[in-house]
Amino acid sequence: MSVELDVFVGNTTIMDKEVYQLWLNGYTVNDAVKVRMEGGVMEECEASAEVLLSDTMDQFRTFQMCERLLQNPAKLANQLLFQIPPDRQAMLIERYYAFADAFVREVLGKKLSKGTKKDLDDVSAKTGITLKSCRRQFDNFKRVFKVVEELKGPLVENIRQHFLLPDQLARDYAAIVFFANNRFETGKKKLQYLTFQDFAFCAGQLINNWTVGAVDNMVEDMDVDLDKEFLQDLKDLKILIADKDLLDQHKSLVCVALRGKTKVFNEMETNFKNLSRGLVNIAAKLTNPKDVRDFFIDLVEKFIEPCKSDRWTATDVNLYLTHYTNSAHILDSFKYQTVWTRYMGVIKSCILRMYHE
Amino acid sequence: MPGKLKAKVVAGRHLPVMDRASDLTDAFVEVKFGTTTFKTDVCPKSLNPQWNSEWFKFEVDDEDLQDEPLQITVLDHDTYSANDAIGKVYIDIDPLLCSEAATVISGWFPIYDTIHGIRGEINVLVKVDLFNDLNRFRQSSCGVKFFCTTSIPRCFRAVLIHGFVEELVVNEDPEYQWIDRIRTPRASNEARQRLISLMSGELQRKIGLKVLEMGGNAVVGYLQCFDLEGESGLVVRAIGTACTLDKISSTYTAAIVQNLSNSSPSKDMKDSPQAVPSALGCRSTHSSPVHSASSRLSQGFSVSVPTLLFAGMGSGGSAGKEAGPLKALLRQQTQSALEQREFPFFTLTGFPPAFLLHVGGVVSARSVKLLDRIHNPDEPETRDAWWEELRQEIKSHAKALGCHAVVGYSESTSICEEVCILSASGTAAILSSRFVQDGALDTDHRFEDVAPPACGFCHIPYDELNMPFPAQLTYCHCCRRHKVPDVLFTTIDVPTEANVTGKGCLIQARLCRTKKKGQGEGNATAISNLLPFLEYELHTQLLNKLKLRGMNALFGLRVQISVGDTMLLGLASATGVYLTALPSPGGIQIAGKTPNDITYEQHISNMQKKINDTIAKNKELYEINPPEFVEEVIGSPIPEPRQRSRLFRSHSESSDEVLELDLSHGKKDAFVLEIDDTDAIEDIHSLLTDAPTPPGFYSCNTEIMPGIYNWTSGLQMFTSVRVFRLSNANLTNQGLNKIFNDLCENLLKSLYFKLRSMVPCCLCHVNFIVAVPEDELIQVAVTAVAMSFDKDQSQENGRQSGDKTLMKAITENEEQLQFPLELSAESPSNPLSCAKGLSEVSGPLPSARAPSVDHSSFTDRCSSWIEQLRLKAHTIRRGSIKTMSSLEKASPVPEGRSRSLRSNRSCPGSSITVVKMTPLSFIPGAKIIKYLGIINMFFIRETTSLREEGGVSGFLHSFIAEVFAMVRAHVAALGGNAVVSYSMKECVFMENPNKNQAQCLINVSGDAVIFIRESELEATPSQTQSGNVQTSSNGEGT
Repeated sequence: MSVELDVFVGNTTIMDKEVYQLWLNGYTVNDAVKVRMEGGVMEECEASAEVLLSDTMDQFRTFQMCERLLQNPAKLANQLLFQIPPDRQAMLIERYYAFADAFVREVLGKKLSKGTKKDLDDVSAKTGITLKSCRRQFDNFKRVFKVVEELKGPLVENIRQHFLLPDQLARDYAAIVFFANNRFETGKKKLQYLTFQDFAFCAGQLINNWTVGAVDNMVEDMDVDLDKEFLQDLKDLKILIADKDLLDQHKSLVCVALRGKTKVFNEMETNFKNLSRGLVNIAAKLTNPKDVRDFFIDLVEKFIEPCKSDRWTATDVNLYLTHYTNSAHILDSFKYQTVWTRYMGVIKSCILRMYHE
Repeated sequence: MPGKLKAKVVAGRHLPVMDRASDLTDAFVEVKFGTTTFKTDVCPKSLNPQWNSEWFKFEVDDEDLQDEPLQITVLDHDTYSANDAIGKVYIDIDPLLCSEAATVISGWFPIYDTIHGIRGEINVLVKVDLFNDLNRFRQSSCGVKFFCTTSIPRCFRAVLIHGFVEELVVNEDPEYQWIDRIRTPRASNEARQRLISLMSGELQRKIGLKVLEMGGNAVVGYLQCFDLEGESGLVVRAIGTACTLDKISSTYTAAIVQNLSNSSPSKDMKDSPQAVPSALGCRSTHSSPVHSASSRLSQGFSVSVPTLLFAGMGSGGSAGKEAGPLKALLRQQTQSALEQREFPFFTLTGFPPAFLLHVGGVVSARSVKLLDRIHNPDEPETRDAWWEELRQEIKSHAKALGCHAVVGYSESTSICEEVCILSASGTAAILSSRFVQDGALDTDHRFEDVAPPACGFCHIPYDELNMPFPAQLTYCHCCRRHKVPDVLFTTIDVPTEANVTGKGCLIQARLCRTKKKGQGEGNATAISNLLPFLEYELHTQLLNKLKLRGMNALFGLRVQISVGDTMLLGLASATGVYLTALPSPGGIQIAGKTPNDITYEQHISNMQKKINDTIAKNKELYEINPPEFVEEVIGSPIPEPRQRSRLFRSHSESSDEVLELDLSHGKKDAFVLEIDDTDAIEDIHSLLTDAPTPPGFYSCNTEIMPGIYNWTSGLQMFTSVRVFRLSNANLTNQGLNKIFNDLCENLLKSLYFKLRSMVPCCLCHVNFIVAVPEDELIQVAVTAVAMSFDKDQSQENGRQSGDKTLMKAITENEEQLQFPLELSAESPSNPLSCAKGLSEVSGPLPSARAPSVDHSSFTDRCSSWIEQLRLKAHTIRRGSIKTMSSLEKASPVPEGRSRSLRSNRSCPGSSITVVKMTPLSFIPGAKIIKYLGIINMFFIRETTSLREEGGVSGFLHSFIAEVFAMVRAHVAALGGNAVVSYSMKECVFMENPNKNQAQCLINVSGDAVIFIRESELEATPSQTQSGNVQTSSNGEGT
């Protein structure tokens, strides 16, 4: 004796946000029912386990039928099969494309390839996120990547239009695409303390200032690839550390400006040359793709760690970097002002974001 | 050559990939009507082809226009092999033949394939030019309006209600033809779909002819059914009520109230297609593949089981004091007018005011027939004769109740192999002559002065000294002059004027009876022997449950008997209410038969306590607090039990366990249940196991729920289907009963749970269809609408404001009302009406909202969801500095989309209209301003990869969703935004999991309409247009 068939179809498609989340989280129907029972929905509505099971199965089925459309959100809006109010559509899309920070930290900067997908079970085991959910998130990344790859125009805009995502989520995806494209290393132990949002912020900075799109928004891949010319120009900055006079001059200018304004002045003075070398060397090496990948590692090793060990506060870092950047402009013999501004603007905001006290 | 049909194929979208190599499709379209076919060019390598074809013109008889659907086939061109069909669209062009309905069909239609389901969409334009030919209506009945709605449609008024029309056509079922063995399932399904479409067209045309002959211009309460008789054929039959309707325009409205008689019928005839067909019925069917010939049936065998169900009573004529003689005269007239008719039946369940005078009670008749396997085309009239027989039965039942008419009339069948149960039921009633007879206008007027009291319909229509069956009569609790019965069962809706105490609720009686497998006559006899018991027990259950809820009347009663190989299922659904005019129901008292057993006594008293508690609780729940009334019981002249057994002759042995009227107990304990065996205990248990509806929920199977007035716009129509497999074949009746009961109860519980976000809400028009698709399967399908209402608002307020808005709506100029609705994408020149255009311009300025406007509802009308989403994207894009210049070059991946991003108008149908669906005849808070024609669709879906489609549930789920989508698309293409009186009349599901196969047939119908929100009527258009497009409609039936 069993229920052989059990369906419910509404003219307006009924979707429970909570059940949708359980489905997205990759729960099986039975697990989802358990979670819902614990959530107390039964007492609230005098429902039995049977009712809950039937409802959950039905909704999971609906979601499965919608999944094809969710993968192409523009279709969701002009398909005829499901009548879904626009606010619901937006919710469905947003949640479908939402991802777990824990998950994204694992794949950020990795190549979105089959190989990575195969390793998802490890990611699942490590993060406690179900494999199913990992796969969905990974496939989302990959899908967005593929679509955007072939498009002209600004990255965030393209993502927002094609996937009808809210602004913030579109920006996050832009960061993911950007990281995947440039294969930035984010998984090293030293970088573990950084959150996805830290990286997303940095990606935003890089996209807005260092890509081709920052100067010309007509080119393909404009927001995905770093501006090669700019990277080339960065080599010129080497003079700041290679020319001893310039280095000393720079140092004294910074020290004059900083004196008396911070408790760690002595440390700043002692470390100036080291830190400056570190930052300029990062700039000079960026023409090499391998070093681009290590960009964040380098920032941490060459700048953040030394500062940390000297117990600089974030304010100190800010102060230092401001004067460090500005003083270079006063140097008479330093001619690469535009490149310097473009470089240091990003470096400063990235470091400040990455500098967790 | 009276008509020219024109069709244009515009574009397609979301087509499936037909060429694996290129991942694209080379699509072209065949447009076929009758025997003429046109083709579009091939649109190579595109999943979103633009054909923009010329206008394909078909010059055809209007007769064919009525019968034939326009058939659109989308194919994939293949140079080397046969072209592959992608799918089809059938468009019923009937709505275009009626001047007042739709003028053009234009929109995106899902491309449907019976094997793969929906495969993309196609945009099509269809128009019809009807020539002014004098012979125009010779064979056809173009211009007759059809309504599924079982009351006078909202924007019409009845001039005359002519009465019953019926028709029936028979054909061979293509599924059972020899050719089916060699053709593909797809071809067979398509042949079937097409045949049924043709047959319905023919049926409708024939009914239209009958209507014209009667002098009417419309059919209301049109009910069309299919009988899939298997090898013996396919029957399509329809019944309805012929009317002369008059469209209410604002100038009329005032006049109507004052002098109805002014608009005499003859005046109305002018605009109705009058050229009465002289050569009625002589249409030869040679041109059509439908032959109304082949009805083959059982020679000789037919058992008919008439069952006179419970009825009210009364002496309409004699009881009246002042109105007495007048009424008698009136009745005479009406009677004669009605008696002239062969069948004074009305499929209506709701009536114009003062039409329904008295209600006698439910009359029903069933008959078991044997479908003959032998093809016998010489007996084309057999099925007609069967129904005729049954109708005669009903008519005589009504007469026995002192009534001259039957209202709320319906017919149904249940078929299992070669056995077929035909059922007919209705409510015996006495009607006013006002709408029935042309000449009665004078009397009418005088009668009008003594307007019938609101309680009038409860008064017994027959002579109290000569009652057809026993009942306890009392004086009416409202007027205290006329006699009323103690309980009243009807198949109609609660009359709007009825005084109801408290709220109503859905009451169901469910019953399962095992039956031995049998064949032929033996089987039919066995079934017909079981039927009276089944019917009697259902009735007892209903009565008990009614008492248990402290109510005294049932409306919308529908008894379904389904027959299977090894069992009979009975399901009676109705809405119980407490009619203020009727006496308060007595409680239920249990009496044991073995008084010496103490534990037994205790058991009994426990149960009694439980019952009393339940009644008290129910009274509270349904707010039944009738005013006290001193009662004089007028005893029934005939002792109860004997009478009963006369009616149910065969029910002798078990008759002592059923309820009996214990007159000695007076009012409160009039009802005694005697427990003398386990059966009875079982009955009482089942009585008490009906779970109460969860808080915040109400349910009914009628149009309106008495006691709830302040509906919000939250509306959710749904269909739910369950199939239950009985694993144990040797079940007892009780076991089966329990399973069936639990199945229904659990289904209801699931519905309440699903819809919990709409609380407080009422499930209206809950319609159960039960079936026994196979030996061990029970199938239950429910269609209903959940409507949320406003709890805080007091009843009075709700009623008043409702009236107010209604008045306002009526007084407003009609043209003005329609103006914002006629807007279409093609007329952007009108800045006021074109919400789309405006919203686009004012996209980034959403602040200009008129405070008092119902934004959520506005969105329904003016635009589609996609646009809102797009608009959002649009505004954001503008806001982002970096991208200012990138607007045009951005991302053209799916070409259709990027284009639509920029301009809504370039792609006419890319927007999706929200289409509401409801089984009710109205939409709360809205005014229906136009009826666009009936939707009557039949679909078959089959799969040979059941597991891959998610098993039986996945298969049926997507099929039902597809059916909804196709209904919505057709309504939207007609220019409508809702379907009212929607019903799913057939849902036949067959599976063969071993072969990984399943097949399902669904038949749905309803009336396509345009509605506007009352709140919009009040707001000035210019105020509302700007901001609201962006406020997303969360009010939409979540």
